[in-house]
Amino acid sequence: MSSFITSIKENNSIIIIETNGYLNNTGGEAISEIVYEKIDQGHTKFLINMGNTKIVNSIGVSILIEIIEKLQSVDGKLGYYNLAPIVSKTFTIMGLTKYSTLFESEELAVNEI
Amino acid sequence: MKKPVVELKLPIIPNMELIATQTAEVISRHMNLTDDQNSEISMAIIEACINAFEHSKVENNVFIHFIIEEASLVIKVIDQGIGFDKTNVEIPKIENKIGTNERKRGWGLQLIQELMDSVEFESNEEGTTVTMKKNINK
Repeated sequence: MSSFITSIKENNSIIIIETNGYLNNTGGEAISEIVYEKIDQGHTKFLINMGNTKIVNSIGVSILIEIIEKLQSVDGKLGYYNLAPIVSKTFTIMGLTKYSTLFESEELAVNEI
Repeated sequence: MKKPVVELKLPIIPNMELIATQTAEVISRHMNLTDDQNSEISMAIIEACINAFEHSKVENNVFIHFIIEEASLVIKVIDQGIGFDKTNVEIPKIENKIGTNERKRGWGLQLIQELMDSVEFESNEEGTTVTMKKNINK
């Protein structure tokens, strides 16, 4: 597992991925590798805990757009929680909030995704 | 009085843009900018550096100048690459990228413009300078 991914767990059939550090191209690819593997296993709902990812770049976030596109083909969903304000703002500017959801907490995310 | 300037020279190596964000953080603190302003500056610098690293075809260095003004911080990201024509850069829309063959990338200029108070691009065949400004009292 990449050092960018610190944990992968399952809660109520939802896969929760926790990240740590800079979401750049390698960070994005680490997330997509896990998501695509889990999609192949039949999972369709994914959450990313980004509490320890305070900085991103548009290449890493573009990989999340690829994941969203892939999830659309399996009627899946992607959400995020514990976002730093600049990460949330970046997601909003890039339009990710139209196709995936930002949550305040894991509890809300698991209940509402 | 001459304005204080901090100058960085970054080699084209993955993640070197983070050195610039660390410098920006020190300068932001010196200028009493808010955490949000500092984060926005860092994000804009990252995107400007990535553009310079990837699109300029430059093989040596990217230069970053932080110019501390009374009411603003001006940041210049300078490369000596092949230049680009901003009129050929389309404003990205996620609606056009999802479910289509359009490449998912290409957000850098849009993010810089949204996050900074003003942005200017000067580009020709000898290189590109992106000049970004963050006002202190905004």
